[in-house]
Amino acid sequence: MLEGILQLVYLFASITFIVGLKMMGNPKTARNGNLFAAAGMTLAIVGTLFMHEMEVKPIVYGLILIAILIGTIAGWLTAKKVQMTKMPELVSLFNGMGGACAALISLIEAKELVHFYQTEGFITANVGFMATIFAGLVIGSVSFSGSIVAFLKLNGSLSKPIRLPAYNYINLVILIVTVVFAGYLSIGFETMLPVYLLLLLALIYGVFFVIPIGGADMPVVISLLNSFTGLAAAFGGFLYDNKVMLTGGILVGSAGTLLTIVMCKAMNRSLTSVIFGAFGASTSAVAADETTGSVKDIGISDLAILMNYSKKVIIVPGYGLAVAQAQHAIHEMELLLESRGVEVKYAIHPVAGRMPGHMNVLLAESNVSYDKLVEMEDVNPEFATTDVVLIVGANDVVNPAAKNDPSSPIYGMPILDVESAQHIIVNKRSMNAGYAGIDNPLFYDPKTSMLFGDAKSVLNNLVNELKSI
Amino acid sequence: MNDLIDFFVQNQAMVYFVILSIFVGVEIIGSVPTVLHTPLMSGANAIHGVVIVGAIYVMLRMDPTDWLGLILGFLAVILGTLNVVGGFVVTDRMLDMFKQKKK
Repeated sequence: MLEGILQLVYLFASITFIVGLKMMGNPKTARNGNLFAAAGMTLAIVGTLFMHEMEVKPIVYGLILIAILIGTIAGWLTAKKVQMTKMPELVSLFNGMGGACAALISLIEAKELVHFYQTEGFITANVGFMATIFAGLVIGSVSFSGSIVAFLKLNGSLSKPIRLPAYNYINLVILIVTVVFAGYLSIGFETMLPVYLLLLLALIYGVFFVIPIGGADMPVVISLLNSFTGLAAAFGGFLYDNKVMLTGGILVGSAGTLLTIVMCKAMNRSLTSVIFGAFGASTSAVAADETTGSVKDIGISDLAILMNYSKKVIIVPGYGLAVAQAQHAIHEMELLLESRGVEVKYAIHPVAGRMPGHMNVLLAESNVSYDKLVEMEDVNPEFATTDVVLIVGANDVVNPAAKNDPSSPIYGMPILDVESAQHIIVNKRSMNAGYAGIDNPLFYDPKTSMLFGDAKSVLNNLVNELKSI
Repeated sequence: MNDLIDFFVQNQAMVYFVILSIFVGVEIIGSVPTVLHTPLMSGANAIHGVVIVGAIYVMLRMDPTDWLGLILGFLAVILGTLNVVGGFVVTDRMLDMFKQKKK
């Protein structure tokens, strides 16, 4: 009876996942969709805890409840306290936790099998069951270690892609060895030692899989690892014939894979070139000849006057703006300019920030109104009639090399056509190359002036200067 | 070949279930505006936290004298909860910013 109700609860939870995810595809219903899925998840968890006919010792119950309590408090606080700019790495971290959870479940199941074998002398599990255990173990572990590397890359601890010579072949060999070994163990195993070895192999593969990939491609990698964890959860569902784990896992696995492909398209990169193609590794010396030239500086007061008497100003925000926490300062500047009759818009590149949509979230946080945020396709024709383009902490998304220089690693990526504007002002902290690690010929354009300094303090000075005009 | 057909016949419902679920997942993402990619990824991230159900199930069946098992299961439940709670809360924070603008 109780078990039957639990199955109904699982059915309901599965529906909330599907409907919730669907609602998240529309800005109007997105928030409720998330809450709906969360409610379904809570029901599934509570149901699993109490709706069963097993005899459970109080100590086990106590441990489960303590674990849930710790996880809830830690997860809640981290998610609430984290700065908006740090969200992408947080998603990666949580994804890694899910992968680790799936791997641990498989590890426990393997341990039980070994224990059974050692006491009874034979194995009851069939090959399919064992293969499912090892699939969960391998995928979960790859997702865990890969997510941790992605997390470290995004928060800057591991900024340069590390590439061993012929890393693609090394990775391929590790992958094949891991899969073959997992297959071999699925036929039968008697001790835990080979299982731990498999775990180690999978963890190493996860690290090697992500470590050669450049920071600019991290969102795609996180999305891919996200679908891996979904797959790992689905294997858990197979293991226990648990429908809610199956629906949740497969749903995320397939939705995540498609989302990864969509993200790649937005950046005009193919998934294979993200994973196997070395971003920045082919940075040729060819690019160097045209990018040597002199750059022009502009002072704050000159810029204030220039902007004050412009008709139309377009702001191109990038990750640098987010890092400097300058989204409020830029909104203040926007309001000030508007009050002087200047038309102000924000040009949002699909991958501005660290993830698609990241910049919209950041600017929405500082109350910039929706209709001021213009997507790339709509804003590109407008640059020709724009007096001043102010680029704050963006680099690769305005790099004309993507259009003109076939040898550039970002060649083919759609960019914002800022060079058709009258004046181009670039705010950067220094002349360092952007996240993709490549030089930007835009800075040497005769129409371009550089405004060096931290985005927040520069913008605050600019606002003060504007006020005094 | 026979084995394969046997497997299919025995697990028909499951095979259908998996294939249909894959299509549902693909269909759902269909035409999502770029703006929502990050929250959507984060929401999907929270949903695969359903793996915690498996962790709890493992723990419930655990022999209370099996300390290694208890420790691993305990860790699994903590990690799963982190994934679920953190995932949903961070997604809610992201989407909250969109809602403000709707007034």
